[in-house]
Amino acid sequence: MLSDQDRIFTNLYGFQDWGLEAARKRGDWDNTKAILDKGPEGIIDEIKASGLRGRGGAGFPTGLKWSFMPKESDGKPTYLVVNADEGEPGTCKDREMMRHDPHKLIEGCLIAGFAMRASAAYIYIRGEFFVEANNLEAAVQEAYDAGLIGPNACGSGYSYDVFVHRGAGAYICGEETALIESLEGKKGQPRLKPPFPAGVGVWGRPTTVNNVESIAVTPTIMRRGADWFAGFGRDNNNGTKVFCISGHVEKPCNVEEEMSIPLRELIEKHAGGVRGGWDNLLAIIPGGSSVRMLPKSICDDVLMDFDALSAEKSGLGTAAVIVMDKSTDLIRAITRLSQFYAHESCGQCTPCREGTGWMWRIMERLATGEADVAEIDMLLEVSTQIEGHTICALGDAAAWPIQGLMRHFRPMVEERIMDRKNKQPAAA
Amino acid sequence: MPTLTIDGQEITVEANTTVLQAAEELGIEIPRFCYHDRLSIAGNCRMCLVEMERAPKPIASCAMPVGEGMVIHTTSPIAEKARKGAMEFLLINHPLDCPICDQGGECDLQDQAVAYGRNDSRFDEMKRAVNDKYLGPLVATTMTRCIMCTRCVRFATEIAGVEELGATYRGEETQISTYIEEALTSELSGNLVDVCPVGALTNQAYAFTARPWELAKTESIDVHDAVGCNIRIDCRGAEVLRVLPRLHEDVNEEWLSDRSRYAVDGLALQRLDQPYVRVDGKLQPAAWETAFAAIKARLDGLGEDRGGKIAAIAGDMADAEAMLALKEMFTALGSPNIDCRQDGAKIGGKHRGGYLFNSSIAGIEDADALLLVGCNPRTEATLVNARIRKRWLAGGFKVGVIGGTSGPGDDLTYKYDYLGAGPETLSEIADGSHAFAKVLADAERPMIILGSGAIARDDGAAVLELARNVAEKNNMISADWNGFNILHRAASRVGGLDLGFLPGDGGRDVAGIVDGAGKGEIDLIWLLGADEIDMAGLGNAFVVYQGHHGDAGAHRADVILPGAAYTEKDATWVNTEGRVQLGRRAAYPPGDAREDWTILRAFSAILEQPLPYDDLQQLRDHMVEAAPSMGEIDDVAPGEMGAFGVAGDVGAEAFVSPIDDYYLANAICRASTVMADCSRLYTDTTTNTGSTGGATGTNG
Amino acid sequence: MKRVPAPAEQQPGSFAFTAENLEVAKGHIAKYPPRRQASAVMPLLDLAQRQHDNWLPRAAMDAIAEILEMPRIRVYEVATFYTMYNLAPVGQHFIQVCTTTPCWLRGSDDVISACKSKLGVALGETTADGKFTVIEVECLGACVNAPMMQINDNYYEDLTAESTIAVLEALAKGETPKVGPQSGRHTSEPAGGPTTLREFMGDG
Repeated sequence: MLSDQDRIFTNLYGFQDWGLEAARKRGDWDNTKAILDKGPEGIIDEIKASGLRGRGGAGFPTGLKWSFMPKESDGKPTYLVVNADEGEPGTCKDREMMRHDPHKLIEGCLIAGFAMRASAAYIYIRGEFFVEANNLEAAVQEAYDAGLIGPNACGSGYSYDVFVHRGAGAYICGEETALIESLEGKKGQPRLKPPFPAGVGVWGRPTTVNNVESIAVTPTIMRRGADWFAGFGRDNNNGTKVFCISGHVEKPCNVEEEMSIPLRELIEKHAGGVRGGWDNLLAIIPGGSSVRMLPKSICDDVLMDFDALSAEKSGLGTAAVIVMDKSTDLIRAITRLSQFYAHESCGQCTPCREGTGWMWRIMERLATGEADVAEIDMLLEVSTQIEGHTICALGDAAAWPIQGLMRHFRPMVEERIMDRKNKQPAAA
Repeated sequence: MPTLTIDGQEITVEANTTVLQAAEELGIEIPRFCYHDRLSIAGNCRMCLVEMERAPKPIASCAMPVGEGMVIHTTSPIAEKARKGAMEFLLINHPLDCPICDQGGECDLQDQAVAYGRNDSRFDEMKRAVNDKYLGPLVATTMTRCIMCTRCVRFATEIAGVEELGATYRGEETQISTYIEEALTSELSGNLVDVCPVGALTNQAYAFTARPWELAKTESIDVHDAVGCNIRIDCRGAEVLRVLPRLHEDVNEEWLSDRSRYAVDGLALQRLDQPYVRVDGKLQPAAWETAFAAIKARLDGLGEDRGGKIAAIAGDMADAEAMLALKEMFTALGSPNIDCRQDGAKIGGKHRGGYLFNSSIAGIEDADALLLVGCNPRTEATLVNARIRKRWLAGGFKVGVIGGTSGPGDDLTYKYDYLGAGPETLSEIADGSHAFAKVLADAERPMIILGSGAIARDDGAAVLELARNVAEKNNMISADWNGFNILHRAASRVGGLDLGFLPGDGGRDVAGIVDGAGKGEIDLIWLLGADEIDMAGLGNAFVVYQGHHGDAGAHRADVILPGAAYTEKDATWVNTEGRVQLGRRAAYPPGDAREDWTILRAFSAILEQPLPYDDLQQLRDHMVEAAPSMGEIDDVAPGEMGAFGVAGDVGAEAFVSPIDDYYLANAICRASTVMADCSRLYTDTTTNTGSTGGATGTNG
Repeated sequence: MKRVPAPAEQQPGSFAFTAENLEVAKGHIAKYPPRRQASAVMPLLDLAQRQHDNWLPRAAMDAIAEILEMPRIRVYEVATFYTMYNLAPVGQHFIQVCTTTPCWLRGSDDVISACKSKLGVALGETTADGKFTVIEVECLGACVNAPMMQINDNYYEDLTAESTIAVLEALAKGETPKVGPQSGRHTSEPAGGPTTLREFMGDG
């Protein structure tokens, strides 16, 4: 188990004050100038060496992403945008970082922004996180007042602004180009790629969008070194990670742990185990609602990292572990996710706009058994007509939970249909 | 120039080409709904997905720029699955109401469903229903049919320049609407019907009248303004049911102004379908012989020197053939009193460059600064305005406006500097004292556009001279660029000027004719579709009205000779650029009405001075002799420049655009019930503001 | 849940920011680069909604369009796209119950039932006294504290039917119930005390 000395988010639960003074005591803003003195390339090299992969779901190497930003300035601004639009069902980690440890994020904004030669950071926080946004904004003001950001940030001679922008209720804005559109004051509808944000981002300028956690871990990595961070987890799956464990566990919680921790260990050590014991486990969605679920047999010994979970046709996603015990109506649980995706589809492109609602309605009937067995295959085919055919990944995210259900629990779905048929009075 | 392979064929194309465009160059058709080559790329319908080797998933060919070595498959299983899937998704919530849908038979969705759709429906759920929206009197909506391609939103925003249409809400609740249920304030709204690939937006005026396969389609030319839009006239029997734009890159691209599209019901109303002769103060139906005899009798009564006592005015929609015949008839009668400038514009003469839109309409896109003088192109020449907007959108284009609009707040759909209201400002630019003079001087290809509000006034010739000075001083006229432009409103005008339908030696112009008629010096006036002059000022003159609508001219007439509307004759018009274009007969004139040149030819025989042509070809050959440019169909020869205009004092009055109601600008519009509805809605502002005041009796 | 704008008779004829809010609005606009003032449309819509009893009349959208020099339709698009903008009046206490899977697994059905029975309204309705509106929403991002609801700006977490009713009763009495977990735990640590970071529980 990770020791507390190796935990980055030491105020994850907010037992201490979130303000600057307390943050400094926790090690934040400690000689940040020395980090900046390593120069953009030095920082990017260190982050690359640490093996940090994006914490927002896709797991793209963070240092590499930063290196896509232009090295030579054309005299106009470029931006770091922090994706704090946390909305993936099961996920509630960024919220804790922002309300309890905002200075980690702000310091990370400065270091990451400096590394990618950005002129400012915009933190796009979901609108419902009102308290969190207030803390964050107050912390930003503290940082300005202390000269940590703003002109001559941390005495480095580098001028850097941090702004907080609140969303207003749209899961899709967690998609980086939708977020950019939203930041520009438009509907959150994803853009076509290419061009990619590093070339044409917010207000037409080069932009990098990173998850809160990816940015907030940066200062600690820079202080303790790439080797320290890379020392956790398996190869290509390095570092510590905040996991969110929800659903049918005795003690749902957030916890920072080592990457590649066995799923069972994670749950039993920190979440009090599955409700009714491990054997009462039915299935787990290991990485937020958008990844395919795993049956107990896989959960028994799967590791919580990018590669292990993708080998099981699932994914680490946001590391939001949704546990479902044997009392769960799995079909209903997935149906509710299908409803979620239909509700959150931006409506821009055809397969998602039309397909998510269609899948949800079929799922509603499968949940009651009011369907034909043949419709399961049809549903799967519809899901593959959406998957890979949409502008952004929401279409995939809507398809995968259903595919996961059918992959592992198809007999259960068929049984419900047959049960209902058998209960119908015989036709006259 | 990247080289890529599409379906096994190699092609090298420009770097900014998209995969879809490259495929088109190879003759490979990729289906699409949202893509429209004049609109920004949305990439939302997903119908154009194709397989790209080494890409993890199919790509939207409409949005993907070509790359060196790309290998594309448009008919592979991956591509076909994507396409078939998109097609199915588009259809699941689309109503199966093709039998009652006006788009039926010319519907992209219908056509592509046949080509790419499944044979059965697997969708067992309730179909979505969407409330219809109000977009004004011209565009009917059936929003349940909408496939959310957003072409209409992009058209309104980008081409029409009225950001009033949007996609509100989200997901499957997304709706195309103005949100506030108010009519779109655009003169281009009919084009929404054309860009809509399904039956969501249809032509309100044409609703439920015909199926496309019932219609005879005739390619012709529009005459509602001087742009010379290329159109297609769709008729069933003798009835014109609709008019659609026809592609002409250099003129109207593929758009059409609402007046040109929606005034067609006026072609069947208020028509003059037989000759009339005024007897005892009342117009009585008459035979052609009787009508001709009445005119001849009047002419014969004028004696040998009748030439000075008669006059002819050509109206704004007159065709070149008729004008030539009328001119030659009047020449034979010894009269110099002819004019084609109903509005009194002080232009015409040997320097063709002095009355043409020399830059050409497409040439607007090459300009980098523009000075508009005395015109409102939005109402006077909507598609010229659309071209100006297109140029403005591209950036690096300054527009200055002197008069013509109602002031700096008037929306032309692009930003402009309002420099002043009248000739004084133009003088300041000419002498370099105005700030905008520097904009013109610094531009590489500046242009000036003079509207009739600048030249159809007493000091018009001086204004013309002043404008020419501005052009010459600011490098607007060079070997490869001519930025001096007259923007005409009348479809007949340039043709009339080219043919010299102007006062001869000692002849009277329109004002002189009206004045002479009022004083009894002019005894007979022949109005060729001229309705826009001061009829009340014609005194006791004997008025022959040759035309197609019972408008102002016919009401004043002593003899009516029923002519053909533009849809009813093979005839020539020359647009404001000097572009000669041929209109074609889509239907026969109603009743006893005849094509105009034949009426004149027949009457010339009665006068025993027959015009020297017995058929249209002979007339046209003759016309080319009279004006060689008439033989160059669809060609725009550079206009000869010279010292046109007359040096003199300019007045102080503001330049005013002559069009106060876009929807009622000519006799066809004034007969149209659709245009009347539009006029009430868009022009009558009293309905919105009349409720306050008055009743309180406070008088402020 | 389908969002429908308030009918014309409920829409005020005009809207103007208070002097104080106008200053706040200027502060928002200043966060974005010059000529990118449209970026401020979301904070301004939120500000208008806060000034106007937690709902957004069309007049407010029009006023914002004018301030930001945006076409009105672009503001309408934004206002209808994002679910946090209330297009029609809502109760003084605007209750949003999360029912997405993580909350549903932990008993959000009970929270919904408690709200409905306690307040005597169906989802989407407002109590006759105008005090409460209850709606169902998608994931609010507090999944390890499920089930939960948001009332105006505050999260109430670790709910049961009983604690839900207790919160509603407190609000009805004009009291301010404790925000956050209703189960006694501090925030998102495991119930009964954290398994990690015990030494960081003090002032550091």
